[in-house]
Amino acid sequence: MNSLTNRKKVLESKKMNFWERIYLPAILHGLSITMKHFFKKKTTIYYPEQKREFSENFRGLHSLKRDENGAERCTACGLCALSCPAEAITMTAAERKPGEEHLYREEKYASVYEINMLRCIFCGFCEEACPKAAIFLDGDIAKAGYKRDEFIFGKDKLVEPIVK
Amino acid sequence: MDIAFIIEKLILISAILAISLVIAMYTTLAERKFAGFFQDRVGPNRAGPWGLLQPLADGVKLFTKEEIIPTHAGTFLFVLGPSLSMFTACITTAVIPWGQDLFLFGRNISLQVADINVGVLYVFGVVSLGVYGVMIGGWASNNKFSLLAAVRSASQNISYEIAMGLSIIALLMMTGTLSLREISEQQSGMNWNIFYQPLGFLIFMICSFAETNRTPFDLPECETELVGGHHTEYSSMKLGFYLFAEYINMFVSSAIMASLYFGGYNYPGMHLISNPNVAALIGVAAFFTKILLFIFFFIWVRWTVPRFRYDQLMKLGWKVLIPLAIINIALTGAGILFFGK
Repeated sequence: MNSLTNRKKVLESKKMNFWERIYLPAILHGLSITMKHFFKKKTTIYYPEQKREFSENFRGLHSLKRDENGAERCTACGLCALSCPAEAITMTAAERKPGEEHLYREEKYASVYEINMLRCIFCGFCEEACPKAAIFLDGDIAKAGYKRDEFIFGKDKLVEPIVK
Repeated sequence: MDIAFIIEKLILISAILAISLVIAMYTTLAERKFAGFFQDRVGPNRAGPWGLLQPLADGVKLFTKEEIIPTHAGTFLFVLGPSLSMFTACITTAVIPWGQDLFLFGRNISLQVADINVGVLYVFGVVSLGVYGVMIGGWASNNKFSLLAAVRSASQNISYEIAMGLSIIALLMMTGTLSLREISEQQSGMNWNIFYQPLGFLIFMICSFAETNRTPFDLPECETELVGGHHTEYSSMKLGFYLFAEYINMFVSSAIMASLYFGGYNYPGMHLISNPNVAALIGVAAFFTKILLFIFFFIWVRWTVPRFRYDQLMKLGWKVLIPLAIINIALTGAGILFFGK
């Protein structure tokens, strides 16, 4: 019976002839193939020493940015936490005291800013939501760790160092 | 039986044991390294330069692992299994002639632990004992998978030993001796048995793959069906013994193949070297080169050929190899009759 699409292919299963049935030629052919691979250039990237280049839009670890004067841009508006689908971001806001203008750009800042890297899915929504251009996912790939609390990144790990 | 003789043999035995253990150790590394190369990877390269300390790291790891003996396992047999496996793997080296005699300190030192006149039979006996390690271990584990592996291993070894023995008979018809030393001596220069017995060698080699439980015949430890096979319940160094015994077996069967079919310690141009000691030492080196090439071949095949299905294994053993071996005997007999070897 013809199939409706007429695209059916009937596979032939030919009986193997004697030469094929003794398998040895096929095994020798296989051996020659593996031998070719033996001398091929290896594609391995020796990871900790060599690193593969990230693409332009690669999303890695977060960093909290500073402005041109070295003051933290984040104003603890909470939009990143709100946009976060994994609910990985928590923060506590605080008011800037007089004399701290060089530390924080706005009058309100995040005294605690934590991202749980075990929850984070690196979607980049926080980056998109941020009105102050304070958070970017431009870091390295997330590190491994032995304990769960090593993965809760506070401001000590997130805020980018002051460039002199 | 003087004291020098005992010392000489003790040194020889320790040296051979040490060499076979070191070779087995580094075969584990070579296996992983070459597996990497065959798959376009680089293999282990972290422990030491080019990963050369990897076997040591593996050993330390295995020694420090927790030793688990399952509650329902027969403790005595459970321990006996890997020990027997290791023991039988090690004692086969006793009859292999590693080289010609050395003349040192006015003595004629034979590079063979025991030149017994039934060398080939001894090897066969010990190799068939080797399966007991797997069988006892698999049975004592009290685990269905282990038991299945043990049964498989036993039937596989029985089936392939027949073909192996038959392929050897053709060789013995030519050489007229069972002593491995005499067989080696007869192949001096390039007069290797492989040129007279290509079919016999092929059968023998396939069977030794089966006897050492290497791929494509590694059904006893078939991960996809039997978890870990006979060593499913084993941990720590008892597991290490099983794995190690396999590599020693590989070394031993390479040595036997080299000495039976590839001229043993003989190499072309041997008679040209006047100093017998130098000639003998080059012979030892030639023998080890042949062994290492065979080990490489074992590894090469492992990363090329997929595993047989169990019925295919049995079919190959009983319906192909045994008839072929018998035909080989007939051909050899005819050859001896018409050409007088």
